[in-house]
Amino acid sequence: MAKTYQAGVKEYRETYWDPAYTPKESDVLAAFKVVPQAGVPREEAAAAVAAESSTGTWTTVWTDLLTDLDYYKGRAYAIEDVPGDDEAFFAFVAYPMGLFEEGSIVNVFTSLVGNVFGFKAVRSLRLEDVRFPLWFVTTCPGPPHGIRVERDKMDKYGRPLLGCTIKPKLGLSAKNYGRAVYECLRGGLDFTKDDENVNSQPFMRWRDRFAFCQEAIEKAERETGERKGHYLNVTAPDVEAMYERAEFAKELGTPIIMSDYLTLGWAAHQSLSKWCRKNGLLLHVHRAMHAVIDRNPRHGINFRVLAKLLRLLGGDHLHSGTVVGKLEGDREATLGWIDQMRDRYVKEDRSRGIFFDQDWGQMPGVMPVASGGIHVWHMPALVSIFGDDAVLQFGGGTLGHPWGNAAGAAANRVALEACVKARNEGRALEKEGKEILTAAAQHSPELKIAMETWKEIKFEFDTVDKLDVAHR
Amino acid sequence: MSKVQDYGSRLSDPNSRKLGTFSYLPPMDADELRKQIEYIVSKGWNPTIEHTEPAHAASNYWYMWKLPMFGETDVDRILAEIEQCKKANPGNHVRLIGYDNYLQSQGANMVVHRATIEV
Repeated sequence: MAKTYQAGVKEYRETYWDPAYTPKESDVLAAFKVVPQAGVPREEAAAAVAAESSTGTWTTVWTDLLTDLDYYKGRAYAIEDVPGDDEAFFAFVAYPMGLFEEGSIVNVFTSLVGNVFGFKAVRSLRLEDVRFPLWFVTTCPGPPHGIRVERDKMDKYGRPLLGCTIKPKLGLSAKNYGRAVYECLRGGLDFTKDDENVNSQPFMRWRDRFAFCQEAIEKAERETGERKGHYLNVTAPDVEAMYERAEFAKELGTPIIMSDYLTLGWAAHQSLSKWCRKNGLLLHVHRAMHAVIDRNPRHGINFRVLAKLLRLLGGDHLHSGTVVGKLEGDREATLGWIDQMRDRYVKEDRSRGIFFDQDWGQMPGVMPVASGGIHVWHMPALVSIFGDDAVLQFGGGTLGHPWGNAAGAAANRVALEACVKARNEGRALEKEGKEILTAAAQHSPELKIAMETWKEIKFEFDTVDKLDVAHR
Repeated sequence: MSKVQDYGSRLSDPNSRKLGTFSYLPPMDADELRKQIEYIVSKGWNPTIEHTEPAHAASNYWYMWKLPMFGETDVDRILAEIEQCKKANPGNHVRLIGYDNYLQSQGANMVVHRATIEV
């Protein structure tokens, strides 16, 4: 029996709240943290989120009756308390597959975090997690190469990789910058990195930087016999310039380039990632602007969602936080999203902030990058937290060594290898870290000095964005 | 400044070359090597021995010593194979690999004998 048209404003929950609904395997599922406006019941707020992020608008329109709304609408199907927050609640929304363009992260997020975030019925809104159905995963390009291929291309096995961001981040000439790169690489690092805001400024244009860095890589490779790379940042003001820089990097024969996926834009980033697979270059991904989006516990998008969508867009490395350094990072939450970056299948685990099972199908994994305020004393904890499939980046912790970059790099490499060796021997890294490093320093004056230099540095501010756990 | 140490690595000195994981640590003694082999075995990885002339160490493909020791869990037999490979290939670097067939990669890869090069 056909429905009749009645103009006017209906309560959202009449159409979009469906607690009896069982989500389908093909649905996109989302968990939102909602703080409703005073007086708005939870079911109504949840339904409003489902409506505004899918088919609904504020009033009934006659053209609703020209489609099968039940086939296309998003549904709020469950509500849960947020532990430790009496005002907020979790709303679970299921979106049918027909709402989304295949392989388009841009499209999915234009819906999920579009107008709904400015919507009056909710005071604040945060997208905590998204379950991407396997059909959607298989339509996305994914990492250009992935962890296994990177290990083979770079010939690095059985340990985390070591990197360093060149500092000062702005103001060096290309030749002096290349010097800093060369010193780090000959000392034992696998990679060095352009800082995210090094693009092509008057003090150092990109072409000069690329050429000098490549010479540094090649000499360090001949000298050490190991493979080396420098993440040449191709982030640019427009897509044409981005490709021009990437093409030049390829001509030089460099192994890896980098981009900033949030400031560059997702469509441009996905194109670059596809270019990287086509041309055999690894892609390091930085995340400038993420904290604007993910840090406030009641607003925005949790980083675990930004990490998942990057794996789908494509990237071989992604900055993930360190847990132990100068930047924000809750240990359990970080472990949760590094699982999403690397594993084949991740099970729901609320203790790590994971709301849904996620099947990654055949999609390769992304190497998490721990970077920011870390030094040799953090090494035991980092190896223990991240395992082998990660890049550990010591910027100040390499360049700040009293004997220079090569010595700083060697200190980090010795500390890393000592920790991996001890772990393989069955020793408890975080408990015995001091003894392990002290013993290794007997054979490495570079490590000994590094341990004396950074002994007292600690970062002990409390995390702003914590996992939601009961406070009562 | 007098306390600053120089970093002694030279293109002209082939002994400056590094050889991947654990090559920044002193060579392992027998007991330490045994523990690394026990680790490979405990992970269910397949031990494999490779060797090369030092001049060709940068190649992806070193010479494989026989075949990977699929399913081998006896640490002494793995140690004995390493010794055999060393004896049969004097002047070569020798490394031990643990193939992880689940991840389709090498879970472990370490040089267990480094040939000394006279300069």
